[in-house]
Amino acid sequence: MRPRLLLGAMAGMACLAAGTLLAQDAPRLRGPEPFTVEQPAPPMQRAITNDVRVRRNYPDQPPLIPHSIEGYALDLHANKCMSCHARRFTEQSQAPMISVTHYQDREGNTLGGLAPRRYSCLACHVPQTEARPLVENRFVDMDALTEPERQPGGRSNR
Amino acid sequence: MDLSRRGMMKAQAAAAAAMAANVTLPAGAQNIPLGEELRLKWDKAPCRFCGTGCGVMVGVKDGRVVATHGDMRAEVNRGLNCVKGYFLSKIMYGSDRLTQPMMRMRNGRFDKEGDLQPVSWDQAFDTMAAHWKKVLKEKGPEAVGMFGSGQWTLWEGYAASKLMRAGFRSNNLDPNARHCMASAAVSFIRTFGMDEPMGCYDDFENADAFVLWGSNMAEMHPILWTRVTDRRLSAEHVRIHTLSTYEHRTTDLSDAAVIFRPGSDLAIMNYIANHIIRTGAVNREFVERHVNFRMANTDIGYGLRPDNVLEQRAQHANDAQVSQPSDFEAYARLVSDYTLDRAHELSGVPKPQLEALAKLYADPKTKVMSLWTMGFNQHVRGVWANHMVYNLHLLTGKIAEPGNSPFSLTGQPSACGTAREVGTFSHRLPADMQVANPEHRKHAEHLWKLPEGLLPGKVGFHAVEQDRMLKDGKLNAYWIMCNNNLQTAPNTNNETYPGYRNPQNLIVCSDPYPTVTGMAADIVLPTAMWVEKEGAYGNAERRTHFWHQLVNAPGEARSDLWQLMEFSKRFTTDEVWPAEILAKAPAYRGKTLFEVLFRNGQVDRFPLSDIAAGYENRESKEYGFYVQKGLFEEYASFGRGHGHDLAPFDAYHEARGLRWPVVNGQETRWRYREGYDPYVEKGSGLQFYGNPDKRANIMGAPYEPPAEMPDQDYDLWLVTGRVLEHWHSGTMTLRVPELYKAFPGAVLFMHPEDAQKRGLRRGQEVKIASRRGEIRSRVETRGRNKVPRGVVFVPFFDASQLINKVTLDATDPISKQTDFKKCAVKVVAASVQAAAPQSAEPDPRGGPR
Repeated sequence: MRPRLLLGAMAGMACLAAGTLLAQDAPRLRGPEPFTVEQPAPPMQRAITNDVRVRRNYPDQPPLIPHSIEGYALDLHANKCMSCHARRFTEQSQAPMISVTHYQDREGNTLGGLAPRRYSCLACHVPQTEARPLVENRFVDMDALTEPERQPGGRSNR
Repeated sequence: MDLSRRGMMKAQAAAAAAMAANVTLPAGAQNIPLGEELRLKWDKAPCRFCGTGCGVMVGVKDGRVVATHGDMRAEVNRGLNCVKGYFLSKIMYGSDRLTQPMMRMRNGRFDKEGDLQPVSWDQAFDTMAAHWKKVLKEKGPEAVGMFGSGQWTLWEGYAASKLMRAGFRSNNLDPNARHCMASAAVSFIRTFGMDEPMGCYDDFENADAFVLWGSNMAEMHPILWTRVTDRRLSAEHVRIHTLSTYEHRTTDLSDAAVIFRPGSDLAIMNYIANHIIRTGAVNREFVERHVNFRMANTDIGYGLRPDNVLEQRAQHANDAQVSQPSDFEAYARLVSDYTLDRAHELSGVPKPQLEALAKLYADPKTKVMSLWTMGFNQHVRGVWANHMVYNLHLLTGKIAEPGNSPFSLTGQPSACGTAREVGTFSHRLPADMQVANPEHRKHAEHLWKLPEGLLPGKVGFHAVEQDRMLKDGKLNAYWIMCNNNLQTAPNTNNETYPGYRNPQNLIVCSDPYPTVTGMAADIVLPTAMWVEKEGAYGNAERRTHFWHQLVNAPGEARSDLWQLMEFSKRFTTDEVWPAEILAKAPAYRGKTLFEVLFRNGQVDRFPLSDIAAGYENRESKEYGFYVQKGLFEEYASFGRGHGHDLAPFDAYHEARGLRWPVVNGQETRWRYREGYDPYVEKGSGLQFYGNPDKRANIMGAPYEPPAEMPDQDYDLWLVTGRVLEHWHSGTMTLRVPELYKAFPGAVLFMHPEDAQKRGLRRGQEVKIASRRGEIRSRVETRGRNKVPRGVVFVPFFDASQLINKVTLDATDPISKQTDFKKCAVKVVAASVQAAAPQSAEPDPRGGPR
């Protein structure tokens, strides 16, 4: 049978402090121990629908969707997202207007409305659930690099 | 919407967020960085994920990737990325990155029954080399093997091919692309004598109709789907017909969602061919000038183990690939069985839908682009399915011109580049050459400056066979690179895992992260990924594109290329080549494989000064020559001058990729067509020059049923696949919080009536069981995928729901590609408790509906 993985041995690849792999989440990334064991299915996660805008990781990241989209039509006849996020509806809806880039076609011409190539909103914008990340991600925001004085301990502490 | 309620929530939310961030509102305009502080260093790279090959701009600051966005200058995507592509910045930064080699140890020594512990590269390589040498000595080259990837860079695949075939003299090298597009690749050769599409992505803007065969492009090729929908919504006459075994986001945006019974696509295509012939829509001049007819062997089995009753019973299980010359009349007779009634009976598709589809192909004025991916390729008759769609385009002459295009999509970023063009399949060499062809081997030996007769002619073990041979103890030294096969191979509990833990075998896994495969391996090697190394990929439209190393890999992680080259230093020719070959070529005696494969006067001929200023290049620095350039130029010598021409190395660091053949600096968009393709002779109009008579083959084949179909005991079809947010086994995407939280676990998509019939509620935990094994999952009756009654769909990204314990290891008998789309399962409640979260706001995994 497959021997148990020594967690201590993994210290070289990830320190066990601060938000590394949680024991109960390890099978979510590495499979059961041993492989042949049957695992319980993780519970389904509740949707985040609090309407709180989430800061982008960098300027070009498509914003996440902070509300439910259950039942939204997105087909040849209707695009429900645009009923709030189109320029002409944003005053009523107070939803953010789609980005100006979304008015440009493949050639860069500005169109009178949503560019057809941008029609599939969900290819880039996704809602979130309350699931806790399985593992910490150590991506560093460019602000942390450009504004070191805002980071506790400053740049040398990175 | 209740605006006041929504407005209130927003105000509260902002206040709460401010509190959490420990700032007072308004923040004001303090501490705005200026000047140098603002600068990011931007460079181009292809996306790390699918075969589309989108261009990405990567922003680097202080040695870290801090931003990415779609490259406006990339022809493929013109500034767009899908959600995975937009989050590329974060794929390298999961905190469990592997940073040093690990080996199973007990009492300070290697022990297969020990625990994984950190070791040095030398310890790891020494242990590997000792085992490799022992196996080579005791059992010979056929007992060593390597499982690579369509995610390898070109030079990684090329170096692996040289090491395996020329170094260890074994063709037991196969890429995970075998699971992905082998059927497409094999059919290209069988039909056109040359691999890869004749058309390109420019067809999207020129087609009048798109027919998708087993491809959910909206989720799996989202950026190509933007080009399809752009065309559909910009030109009113354009239509999209999507054939699938269930409804999904692609059918949501299609004019026709043609839902057929699994496997019956064969009958539908033969019906369309019959319709074309019967209605006089055959382009006779085209067929007479450019097409041959052949008949495939039938009753060819299912690629299962030879002792399986289905193989024993099949008449042509052992010569499935054979076909006979035939003629138009015989082909017409064959397809005449596939009437509208019969196609309807077999497929369950309403007759008007079938007729409308047939008319698209038959109408000479409608330019048709056919697109397909895994629905076709992961099919026990995948080669036939590919043939059948070419048959439709060849009968009508709708091929190799803008908008008329049978187009095979690929799933991996370098499935075309590394798996096919470089030739990392167990039967292939670079530039479409075959290991079984003595002339091809001789040519390769010449280009590689190696002794004649060195390269083995026996086709190696393919992916599924490698697993079987590991289990059976016939393959004993095995290196897995750049893939997660224990999660993604079929029937893993019975056919994959036993081989990894077989005491005779040493299993090595190279990966950036600890995966299911890594955790079952004996040695795990930490690997540099994506822009941590200089790389090159080849996408689905023959586009070769390059990137520079932009950041360093963490800790001791090193690229697959370095690992392969470094390992080669541990062997001398005397240890691994037969004495009779060395006797005839004594100059090679006593040399290391590194010397004969990589310091051969070709690979090492470009100096470090050729590396563009300002870029790190760890491998080259270590070896003292421009490794990637040397490998690429040697590789390119295989294809130049006969239709596979690649541009000079440096050109690719400038361009946003170039589509081969690149002749006189010009890329080729449509092959085989005069005016577009310089290889077509003047005045001929069109030549399928991959075949000696310059004709393509129409291959007649019947409908044959899948290997396993639902019955009383296992009453549902199981279809497996992907979701937009996760890529393959989720190694990268599950570590990006935004992608993980968007789709945090696999679910079992099931028709609400099927659930009700079994007393199951949405969110309930269930067991999915087949004759091979079972896993637990949760029922989803809503959401983005709408399966018909009798079909369930489960994605394979989730390591806690290993659906491939359930799937069947049947393959197409010709291409050896696995069928992950069709097996029989039953679904029962796992227990009485545990359902969906009780919430007013339902789960958002629901797509547009």
